[in-house]
Parts: sequence; structure tokens; C-alpha cells
Amino acid sequence: MKSRNFTHKLLATVLLAGVSATASAQLMINGAGATFPYPIYSKWFDEYAKVDPSVRFNYQSIGSGGGQKQILAQTVDFGASDGPMSDDNLAKAPGKILHIPTVAGADVVAYNLPGNPALKLDADTIAGIFLGQIKKWNDPKIASSNPGVKLPDQEIVVVHRSDGSGTTYIWTDYLSKISSEWKSKVGTNTSVNWPTGIGGKGNEGVAGQIKQTPGALGYVELIYAVQNKMPYAEVKNASGKFVKPSLESITAALGTADIPDDFRFSITNAPGADAYPICGATWLLVYEQQKDAAKGKKLVEFLRWAAKDGEKMATDLQYAPLPDSLQQRVLKRIDEIKM
Amino acid sequence: MAVAASIAGEERSVQARMASPSRFGDKAFEWLTLAMALAVVVLIILIGWQLWIGSSVAIKKFGFHFLVTSTWDPVTEQFGALPFIYGTLVSSLIALLIAVPLGIATAAYLTELAPLWIRQPLTSLIEMLAAIPSVILGLWGIFVMIPWLRDYPFPLLKRLFGWTPFFSGPIYGPCMFAGGIIIAVMILPIITSVSREILRSVPDLQREAAYGLGATRWEATRIAVLSYAKKGLFGAVILGLGRALGETMAVTMVIGNTPQIAASLFKPGYTLASVLANEFTEATTDMYLQALFEIGLVLFGITILVNLLAQLLLRTIATTSATRAVQ
Repeated sequence: MKSRNFTHKLLATVLLAGVSATASAQLMINGAGATFPYPIYSKWFDEYAKVDPSVRFNYQSIGSGGGQKQILAQTVDFGASDGPMSDDNLAKAPGKILHIPTVAGADVVAYNLPGNPALKLDADTIAGIFLGQIKKWNDPKIASSNPGVKLPDQEIVVVHRSDGSGTTYIWTDYLSKISSEWKSKVGTNTSVNWPTGIGGKGNEGVAGQIKQTPGALGYVELIYAVQNKMPYAEVKNASGKFVKPSLESITAALGTADIPDDFRFSITNAPGADAYPICGATWLLVYEQQKDAAKGKKLVEFLRWAAKDGEKMATDLQYAPLPDSLQQRVLKRIDEIKM
Repeated sequence: MAVAASIAGEERSVQARMASPSRFGDKAFEWLTLAMALAVVVLIILIGWQLWIGSSVAIKKFGFHFLVTSTWDPVTEQFGALPFIYGTLVSSLIALLIAVPLGIATAAYLTELAPLWIRQPLTSLIEMLAAIPSVILGLWGIFVMIPWLRDYPFPLLKRLFGWTPFFSGPIYGPCMFAGGIIIAVMILPIITSVSREILRSVPDLQREAAYGLGATRWEATRIAVLSYAKKGLFGAVILGLGRALGETMAVTMVIGNTPQIAASLFKPGYTLASVLANEFTEATTDMYLQALFEIGLVLFGITILVNLLAQLLLRTIATTSATRAVQ
């Protein structure tokens, strides 16, 4: 008898707890995908909770591949990817998927040389190093862009990402644009068949190996080079000027690159005089036709807020915001989402 | 008399208590444990099935070539797993070569030679090694172990054995050898603690008999203890090997992640588990994913195969030592 009484009480408590939970429940919007923009997205979700407390975001940074898969399978309300979706993948979608660019970042060429001199590299040299054709630091191709710098007779240890990543996508996209040999031999992807070098896992892995290996050279996201106080090279852009990677030179690339109407763009090797050539954007992926009207409405409100107010938080977190012209186009695209 | 009678009575009552009402309980217990055991078997079959389904298209497309070719190119969708299979086996072998003598020697010291007061703290310390998260070991590998290896032991090995293909070529730091060493650190605790339990279960009669025959400490340990426990120690090694084949995170951080087959242990390598950890999250095309699933299937297959071989080997050891004993 006693135990049954207890069971009843327990049952009642559980039921009550359940009811009160549903009463105060917020609308939950689920997203998944890219890891590169995760810090700024979580900042946005945090800040947006103050703007609209009735909606909560749950974002899982499982990688761009996962983000694309999940939005295709409709298991999330929005996806996120560091590279635009391919035609093949878009064809698999049950509805039209819109690409909403949010922020941009850059890959920098970081290195480890005695005395850490400031280096300048042009496109041919970078391609030559990563194709395994330029093997020594004192190669005339490196020396010619760096008069006055003492380059050692030392082997270049190339370090690249071993995990699939948007960083690698930007890097290989750049190399494919500037070197026909790279394009035909290796190509563009989140991970490729590297002609040379050793692989480090994640930006931290590559940064760590460059810092630990004398003579190493590799690419990492701008913020990792800044945080780790690693030297990184100025790169000669399409208009022949050496440009230091910075948030301004990334936004300059966004401003001068040719951006198609579906926003599936690449901004590597952008033509502007001040544009840093190795950068790329990251995208949110949403269906044009939202299935759940209530969620869709909240999602659109958030996207609009992110494109206007969210962009202002980008520079604090070392992301480059979109230039105004592109921002206007993005806002227009957000208005096309139907409930 | 009275005492004996009361004991007998108690015994009877115990039997009575055990017999009648617990018949159903016994059966239920039997079924329950059977169900649990079956669940494990079903789980393994389901995993294998899922991997098979996930990679069926790749298996059809690449066939046997998947296992014997070396190109891994996600752009052109050419996939061959040989360098990963090679890397997994070689790095595990290096790990065993380091961890087995170290683990068994430690276990022998702890059970046979060490002063009593030191045994428990030392055992706890070794077991604590198993509690270090893999990613921490990996970071330690990048920032401490590799720079040290690159500056001291590797150049020494190169000077001494540079004429063999195994220790030739430039030393970058991250390499197959470093991967093997990290795995050795990770499987050392399991090999040591299992070996220790096995050596502890060797009956003292064995030791006493050996000492009785005038054996030295070394002879007693070698003949009476280690030889007696051979089968169990082999089991400990197999447990370690199972771990080694699947170790992922720390290995990925130090092995250099380059799919190539090179004789030199100073060259970077790649393992099956590492390529999965590296590429699964960002694989967007179907064939790419299928190939990664097939990598999983190959790893699954290798693990099962290695265990089967180990069982066979164990049986051979058991029978040969039995026949020797008879002779």
C-alpha cells in the first residue's frame, strides 16, 4: 500500500513537471554544420536571446559536410557550410535551398624560420611549394620577392590540414585558380590528395606543427596565426600588389569579387587592389519554402537581425563582416523566404 | 555430536531455501544473462551490417582494388585503402614492440620483486595513465614528445641504424614511429594491469617449488611464473593490440597523416582510424562517404581477423606446451 502511494506521488510529480516544462517552453530552432563560424554563431544566439526571449537556438558544429547532409535530410531547420553546396547535392534537396553568406575569413601562410623575418610570397611560389617543386628556403623564386632577407639553405617542411575543412577548401580553391597544374593534378575540395607535406589535425594541429618544426610552412586561419603570434606572409594579389591578410583586406576581397545571384561564390584571387587573395565566406543554408510557419517566421527574423546587427559583432571575434552592398542583397534574399 | 547435528540441519535448511522458491528466479536469471550476451552479438552483427550497407556502392565500384591500391583522392573520387591498412598494422606493431616488454616487466616487478609498500602506489599510477584523455596525450605528443624525439633519440637512431631503410631519410618530427610510441603509451596500462592480475593468480606453490629446487629469483620468475602464465600474458597482449588498432585521436595528432607506404619509420604515415576521424565530418559527396564507410568496414574486419588469429595462435601455444609437458 505504502509503495503504491509513493508511486502515485512520483507519477504526479513527473506529470506536473512535464506540464510546467511545456508551458514555459520556447520555440527551439535547430541548426548544424560548419565549425569555422561557430564562435560568432554562438555569440549571435546568445545576444539574440535578449532580443527575442521566446526563441532558442541549438547549433551543433559537426562540420560543413554534416551541415549539408542534415539540411538535405531536413533533420535541422538550418544548415551551415564553409563551402557552397554542389549542384549534385542541391539536386537532391526536396525544395529550393538558399545560401545566406554571413561572415568571411582568410587563410594565411604561416612559417617558422630563424629570426622569423617578414616574408612576401607570390602565387607561383606558393603553388610551387605546395606542389613540391620548390623544396628549399633559399630557392631563387622565394629570394626574388624578398630582397635583403637572409634565407637559409634548409628544406621547406610543408604542413597542411589532414582533416576535411573549409580552410582547405579556400586554400585549394585559391591554388586551383592561380595554377593550372594544381587544378589538373590536385583540384579543389575540403580535403585533397596532397602532393607533399605532413598533415596536422585542425588549425591548432597545423599551427602547433609549424611552431614546433624549424623550416615549416603551412596555412591556418588568420585568427590562429594572430593568437599564436606566428609570422605570416604578405601575398601578391591578382592586381600585382603584396597585401597583408587582415579583416579590411578580406572585406575588400568580398567587395570586389564577382558575386552571382545564388550567392554560391568564391572570393579567392579577387581583383581589387587591396584585396587579400586567399579568403572565403561561410554560409547558412535554409529552405526557401519553410515547412513550419511559426519556426520559419522566427528564423527569418533572426536572419534579418544577424545580417544587420549581428554583422557588427564580427570584427571583435576576428571575422570579416560583409560589405554594405552585399549585405543589402542578402537582406533581400532573406525576404524571399516563404512560410 | 550436537554441534554436528545442528550443522547438518543448517545445511539442509540452506538447500531447502535454495531449491524450491528460486526455480523461477534461476531460470529468469539465466534468460536475462543470455539476452545480455546475445545483445552484444547482435550489436556486433548490426554494426557490421550497417557498415556493409553504407559502403555497398563503393565495394561494387572499387572491388578488391580498394584494399590493394594507394591513391586516396576525394577530388577525382579514386579511393584505395592500402596505405591506411599498412599504417594501422605498422603503428600497432611498433606499439606492441615497445609496450609488451615494458608492461610485462613492470607487472613482474610489481608482483615478484617490488617491496610491498611501493606496489599499490605504483599500480595506481600506471592505471592513472589510462585515465588521461586521448587528446591531451596528443597535445603532449605535439608539444613535448615530438620535439624531444626529433632532437635526441631520432638523430641517435639515425646515426646508429641509418644504413637500414627503417631509420633513413630526413626527420620532420611527426612520423610513423612517433605514432607507434604514442599508442604504446596508451596501451601500456591495460597490458600492465592485466599482466599483473595474471601473474598474481600464479599459485605460490609454483614459486615455492622453484625456490625449493634452488632456483635464483630470476630463474623462479622466468620458469615458475612467466612460463606458467604464458597463455594469460598472451591474452593481455591481444587486449592491448585490440586497443592499438583502434586508437584514434592521439595518433592522428602525431603520425603526420600522409597516406603513403614508406619503409622509413621517420616518414609520416596514416591509419584507418585517423582518416575516419579526419575526413568523415566534411565529406559531402556520396562516393566519398561510401569509401569512408568502407574504411570503417576494413578496420572492423581487421580487428576481427586479428582476434581470430590470436585465438588460433593461443590454441597452438597451449597444445605445444601441453605436449612438451607430457614429453
